[in-house]
Amino acid sequence: MRLTCPICGERDRREFYYKGDAVAEHRPDPDAGEAAWDDYVHLRDNPAGVTRDLWYHEMGCNAWVVVTRNTLTHEVIETRLATGGGA
Amino acid sequence: MVDLVAKSPCDGLLPPEIAGLRLVEPAPQRLTSIAPLRGQETAVAESLGVTLPVPGQSAKAGGVELVWFGMGTYLALGEITTDLSGKAALTDQSDAWTVVELTGPRAEDVLARLAPVDFRLSQFAVGATARTEIAHMMGSITRLAQDRFRVMVFRSMAKTLVHDFTLAMEAVGARG
Repeated sequence: MRLTCPICGERDRREFYYKGDAVAEHRPDPDAGEAAWDDYVHLRDNPAGVTRDLWYHEMGCNAWVVVTRNTLTHEVIETRLATGGGA
Repeated sequence: MVDLVAKSPCDGLLPPEIAGLRLVEPAPQRLTSIAPLRGQETAVAESLGVTLPVPGQSAKAGGVELVWFGMGTYLALGEITTDLSGKAALTDQSDAWTVVELTGPRAEDVLARLAPVDFRLSQFAVGATARTEIAHMMGSITRLAQDRFRVMVFRSMAKTLVHDFTLAMEAVGARG
């Protein structure tokens, strides 16, 4: 599997550290309530299809990368820097 | 009084020439990481009198070599005499890295066994640099000439680096 780092270009998967679902981009407000925070901290979907994760280019440029990929086809649909937040 | 002896990271570790390939340790020089503060990239470049290298490239600024070293970071090889206070965060890295140079017509083949990057000249020209994995160690590889590469990993991993390079050089040699 190869991931395209927005800075370094296409690189081997072994250069990256897998963080998990890119929930950090949608952190609830401090007063969002227990249900929202429970969901944010503990609950994850396990989609058969398109998923969006955070990967860290640990062996490369140290960028955090948001990777949209398909768990069924292994297609990497989009990669972009996490810096700056956004959807 | 204890008599301290200065030793370079690869002191006594480097193998003899293998298959026309040589792994040597260049004379140690000052290494400084330069991380421009937010919005100060242009000011840093002007102070150093150089265009900051884009990701994957290196540049020369007077007697100093400037290597792209990751997101928002550059590594200067040589003495930085410019005052960059207020413009960049500078950290002395001189003792932190093992620096070796691999020379030989089949240097690309050796690196291909150690790092998952395309090192062919057409893809990785002279002056190109990469932060990548080198035999499971995070490091930096820069092409200094057509048949010469500089490889850096953390200093504590010098022995492992030499070990893995020796194996890779022998394997390339064994293929004839």
